[in-house]
Amino acid sequence: MDWLPGAASSYAADMDRIFYVILAITGLIFVGVQVALVYFMIKYRGRAGRRAFYIEGSTKAEVVWTVIPAVIIIGIAVASQTVWSEVKDPDRFPTDALEMNVEARQFAWAFTYPGADGELGTEDDHISYNQMYVPVNRPVLFNLTSVDVVHSFFVPAFRIKQDAVPGLNLRAWFGVRRAMRSGARSDEGEDHRPSGRRVQWLGCGAGLKSRSEEIGSDLEGKDVYSCSGGRIVGGRAPRRFELHP
Amino acid sequence: MDAHHEDLSFIRKYIFSTDHKIIGIQFLFASLAFLVLGGVLAIMLRWQLGFPGQELPGLGVVAPKFYNSLVTMHGTFMVFFAVMPLLVGVYANYLIPLKIGAPDMAFPRLNMLSFWMFIQSGIVMTASLFVEGGAAGAGWTAYAPLSAVPQYTGASLGQQLWIISIVLFGASSLLGSVNYITTVINMRAPGMTLFRMPLSIWALFITAIIALLAIPIIAAAVIMLFFDITLGTTFFLPADGGQPLLWQHLFWFFGHPEVYILILPAMGIISDIIANGSRKPVFGYHSMVLAIIAIAFLGWITWGHHMFQSGMNPLLGTSFMISTMAIAIPSAIKVFNWLGTMWRGNIRFHTPMLWAIGFVSLFTVGGLSGIFMASNTVDIFIHDTYFIVAHIHYVLFGGSLMAIFAAIYFWFPKMFGRMMNDTWGKIHFALTFIFYNLTFFPMHILGMAGHMRRIYDPTQYEFLQPYQPMNKFITISAILLFVAQLPFIANFFWSLFRGRKAELNPWQDNGLEWTVPSPPPHGNFAVTPTVYRGPYEFSSPGAEADFLPQDARPVDSGR
Repeated sequence: MDWLPGAASSYAADMDRIFYVILAITGLIFVGVQVALVYFMIKYRGRAGRRAFYIEGSTKAEVVWTVIPAVIIIGIAVASQTVWSEVKDPDRFPTDALEMNVEARQFAWAFTYPGADGELGTEDDHISYNQMYVPVNRPVLFNLTSVDVVHSFFVPAFRIKQDAVPGLNLRAWFGVRRAMRSGARSDEGEDHRPSGRRVQWLGCGAGLKSRSEEIGSDLEGKDVYSCSGGRIVGGRAPRRFELHP
Repeated sequence: MDAHHEDLSFIRKYIFSTDHKIIGIQFLFASLAFLVLGGVLAIMLRWQLGFPGQELPGLGVVAPKFYNSLVTMHGTFMVFFAVMPLLVGVYANYLIPLKIGAPDMAFPRLNMLSFWMFIQSGIVMTASLFVEGGAAGAGWTAYAPLSAVPQYTGASLGQQLWIISIVLFGASSLLGSVNYITTVINMRAPGMTLFRMPLSIWALFITAIIALLAIPIIAAAVIMLFFDITLGTTFFLPADGGQPLLWQHLFWFFGHPEVYILILPAMGIISDIIANGSRKPVFGYHSMVLAIIAIAFLGWITWGHHMFQSGMNPLLGTSFMISTMAIAIPSAIKVFNWLGTMWRGNIRFHTPMLWAIGFVSLFTVGGLSGIFMASNTVDIFIHDTYFIVAHIHYVLFGGSLMAIFAAIYFWFPKMFGRMMNDTWGKIHFALTFIFYNLTFFPMHILGMAGHMRRIYDPTQYEFLQPYQPMNKFITISAILLFVAQLPFIANFFWSLFRGRKAELNPWQDNGLEWTVPSPPPHGNFAVTPTVYRGPYEFSSPGAEADFLPQDARPVDSGR
């Protein structure tokens, strides 16, 4: 059974694997401790005429239950570090990514896309409010800022979470998982159309309820995955777009 | 010494008392009242999550702004005014002098001042619930700039009173800490070497050192925050070069050691009670002491794990992961040593022992779920979700509060000279254990689904809508968990007046506190006791009974 939501980003499966490995290890220890507790409670319940076994400790036992947890956590730490640096290390961010700006405020998300010139900060930029669209065949690199307080940029299906902090320009990235691109059955249980098209887009509301959908003209009518409230569905890009004042 | 026996007026004896036992009991009553208040706030915020938009009977719909205040004040009251004083204020005060054989604290007047500053702090915090603009709404962590600019939460005076209250609380806590440390170092009875001290006293001693070092940091941070709000400084505001992340570093540099302030005394108390209940020495006493010290030390170098997703340099994320993971080692030692203590014991299931076993069971869950968030990678997903909420409640409720109940049932006869009703104590335990798990275990599953913490209305999010029945279930369980505390309240007050008179040593324990009448007189010991052995000589081959008090004179000259 999958406890985590559908994994839609390129690194989601790696992250989930570590989650499930930790779940398996801790689950085993959990069961072991609880079973031991109950067993001891029954087996060593107080009875008249019985006397407890006087023992102050055992260095051997204590070494065992010090070393084993130490080895386990070293393993978990090493495995975690591999994925952590893949996701968070700026030196390892993809170079072919589409760069976009994400600006948070109370209470809206603004997603700025480069226009035809491929550059951010020019006149033909497109802005989408509260509805994020990302290309399926290119990773995306975000420049995250906030105009007021600290916001959490969190898209569960992409396993991406990064705070947007006022005064800082923080960067984060993800790529859409290959299986999503090839039109395989998505983890939300819905079929996506095969990707015969040159550009496909995946939209997602960044955990916010979507209010309006606007998108750049070059996407008009193209295939997109739109997503709101963290749920990803296939569809077409809206034909019309408006910019908020 | 004679001064202790003079007749004191009612006010000097019971209100402005310098007797550590009275102060401990004052802390007990005050912080139990705050525990109830924190619980009421919890039920109100759970109501909104389980039944969003529906009227809370008698109070109307919970508005978004009020919801933020509820979340903030629930956390604040529980951490600062319930769990921390219940462990430290009550048991450091009550137990340290009695268990080390001292007549009182080193500084009785500072001790009295400590309690009354705590009361002032609590009054200010409670008053902030009723001021214009509402109580603070930036979370108990008061992240800036949310807390630093009144427009962002809508609370201005409420946030300022929050800060003033925390400063007063800090002063109270510092006065207490100085006292506990000095008392443990200087006032131990002859023979009470450091390694003959019960683990409860070790834990309270180490906790006092942590508090002494950690409290000034939060005091400095909240005063800077106060200046940002009122004087126009920008320590935490980016406008003039301030740095929001500075607040997070300062807060968590205090906040993580604070977490250990909230759990170490619980671990110490539980060690005492499990040894008593198992009729066996604590398994590996010395490593239990070292584990307390190791946890306390590591607590200082792990604060960054609260900030993995904050924008802190990812390399720091790596080092904080490693130091955080390292805490699993001393924690594991403690859990396995508790199991080792029960192994081949002759277990008495008195009410305190049930709570102690409950502590081991639930703290294990909280400790293990901590490994998930210690992994910086897994934390990317579960950070700021209900998985974290589940974790902290397994540690602070399943852990600390279980230990607090164990301690209340265990030392009630010492405090008041009467026993609490054992049957009702067991009913209280069973109901609490069941409804506790029904309330908090499902939160792990919500967290795994991506359910964000501190959101006002989960039904706004499409992907959370399938989980709304679980949110309802949790809310109903939380209400039942609250109701399950009523037998305790009734038992507590009934026993206070009508409980069976306690014999001298009702649990057949080894501690020095059980060698004096209950409640002990002012000055505690008629003659300063001499200590001959460690605190856990249960079922010793050298004694006929299955316990051997620390001050019992050895029959032969051995040991």
